[in-house]
Amino acid sequence: MYFPQKRITIYAGHYGSGKTNLAVNHALALRREGKRVKILDLDIVNPYFRTKDSEALFRREGIELIASEFAGTNVDIPAIPAAAQSAFDDREASVIIDVGGDDSGALALGRYQRAINDEGDFDMLLVVNRFRPLARTPEDAAEIARSIEGASRIRFTGVAANSNLGGETDAETILSSEEYTKSVSALLGLPVVYRAVREDLREALGNKLERIQPVKITGKIWF
Amino acid sequence: MADKVLVKGNEALGEAAIAAGCRFFFGYPITPQTELSEYMAKRMPKIGGTFLQAESEIAAINMVLGAASAGARAMTSSSSPGISLKGEGISYIAGSDLPAVIVNIQRGGPGLGGIQPSQSDYFQATKGGGHGDYHLIVLAPNSVQEIVSLTFDAFDLADLYRMPVMILGDGMLGQMMEPVVFPEHSERVLPEKTWATNTTKGLRKKNIINSLYIKPDVLEKINFERYARYAEVEKKEARFEGYLLEDAELVITAYGATSRISRNAVNALREKGIKAGLLRPITLWPFPKEAYQAAAKTAKAFLTVEMSMGQMIEDVRLAIDCARPVHFCGRTGGMIPTPGEIEAKAEEIARAF
Repeated sequence: MYFPQKRITIYAGHYGSGKTNLAVNHALALRREGKRVKILDLDIVNPYFRTKDSEALFRREGIELIASEFAGTNVDIPAIPAAAQSAFDDREASVIIDVGGDDSGALALGRYQRAINDEGDFDMLLVVNRFRPLARTPEDAAEIARSIEGASRIRFTGVAANSNLGGETDAETILSSEEYTKSVSALLGLPVVYRAVREDLREALGNKLERIQPVKITGKIWF
Repeated sequence: MADKVLVKGNEALGEAAIAAGCRFFFGYPITPQTELSEYMAKRMPKIGGTFLQAESEIAAINMVLGAASAGARAMTSSSSPGISLKGEGISYIAGSDLPAVIVNIQRGGPGLGGIQPSQSDYFQATKGGGHGDYHLIVLAPNSVQEIVSLTFDAFDLADLYRMPVMILGDGMLGQMMEPVVFPEHSERVLPEKTWATNTTKGLRKKNIINSLYIKPDVLEKINFERYARYAEVEKKEARFEGYLLEDAELVITAYGATSRISRNAVNALREKGIKAGLLRPITLWPFPKEAYQAAAKTAKAFLTVEMSMGQMIEDVRLAIDCARPVHFCGRTGGMIPTPGEIEAKAEEIARAF
C-alpha cells in the first residue's frame, strides 16, 4: 500500500478535491494493519460533507473520530473540539487529519502547526483533481498549494493524485490526468506519493501507472 | 471550457452566470449556497467583473436593483431565510420592471430552520413572495448540468420580459458534484435596453427607474400592463419533462432534486407492474398546467413528492381542477424522502385502482 506511514498524515488541497474520502480510506487501511487510529476532522469551512458522515463506519472499525460535536447538525458552527489536542499529545496513535478546502480551510490547521512541525513525524499531502473548475491547470493547483502552506504554516511533503469525474470516471480519465499530476509534482518539487483509483478501475490500469492506491467511495450518496 | 469538469451545483451557477454575461454579483454567505459567493469572489476579479460581499442580504438585492437599472446582467443568491430578507428588494425590482437573477438554494424552515435540503419556499417563490401584485419566473433544475442551461435561460428570460427570474434549487443540488460541460452561451434575440439609466450622452431624454406611483389609476394601469406580459410568459414559457407518462395510471410529480428520487421510484414501481410515470415541472411559474391536464387523461391519481409539508400540491390540484385525487408524500425540516417511502405510498394508492 502506498498510504504514508508517518505518525501523522495531513490531507489538504483545493475544494472538492476528495480529501475526506482519501483520509477515510487511509484511516481504514492503517486500522486494518492493527494500528490504533485517530481521525481528526479540522474542516470548519464546509458543513455539508465531512468525515463525520462516516461516523458509523468508524465506530464499527474501532477508529476514533475527533470532530466537533456540532458537525453535521443544524447548528454546525466553525468550532474545533478540545479533544483535537489529544492527536498531538497521544503519540502512540496514528493520526489522519482531514483539513478544509483551500487556504481558508487550512487556517484551522495552523492552530496546531507548532506541535506538528516540532514533532516532525508527519506527511502533508496535497490532494489534486484536475477536473475541478478552479484547479484545472497545474499552475492553479500550485498556487492553491502555496496559499495553503501560507495559511497553515506547514509544508507539503507530497502529492496525492485524485483526478476523477465522479460516477463517470473510467481508466482513461485517470490516464489522461498523468501529465497534470507530473506537472504539479514538478512545479512544487514534491513526489507523487500515490494515485488514488476507485477499486473497480484498478485492474484496467494494470502497470500503466506507478503507485496506484485503490480506494473505496465513502460518505453521502443521494441518488 | 468545452470539456467536462466535476462541479458543485453552487459553482455551476457561478460559472454559468459568468458565461451568460453576468458581470455583477452581490452576495452574502449562508449555508448551503456559500460556495456560489465564494466562487464569484475568486472568478469575478479575474474577468473584469465585480464581486461585492454586501453587509446584508437586503443591501445585496438593492445593489442588484441598481446594477440592473443601469442595464447590466446582475445576480444575487441566498438560502431560505436570506431570501425572505431580500423580499422587499425583489418586489421593488418587479415593480420597476427590471431584469435580474436571484438564486435560492433552499434549506429547512421556517425561521432560521436548518442547513439541510428543503423545498419549503415554493409558495414564496411562485406566489410573489414579497408585497404587491407580481410574479417571478421560477426555474427548477434537477441536475448540475441543467443548472448550467437554466442559468443561461434565466438571464435571457429576465431581459426578454423585463422581470426578475428565480433559480430555485435546494441544498442537495447546491452541494452535489456532477460532471458537466459548459457550452458556449448563444443568447436569444433580445430587445435593446432602451429603458436603462446608462447615461444619456446628451442624446436622449433621461430614463427613470421607479416603482412609486401616487395616483392609483396610474398604478393600476401599470399593473394591468405587467399582467398582460405575465400572460404572455404563461402562454410561451411553461416547461416540463415527462417520463413514462403515455400510459401512466399513477402520475408522480416532483421538481428539482426530489424528481431524481421520484424517477428511481417510478422505475421500481414499473418493475412491480404498477403503471407509474413522472411529470417534472421545469418552470414552477409559469406552472405547466397543460401537461397536467394531458396527464390526467390516463391518470387515475396523482402523487406529489416534495421536501415540504405540501405546497406544489395546491398548483397540481388547480391545474387539473381537482379532476383526479392528488395525494402527497413529503419530508420536511431537511429530511430527504427515499425511493422506498415514495414506492410505499404509491402502492397504497394503486391498490385502490
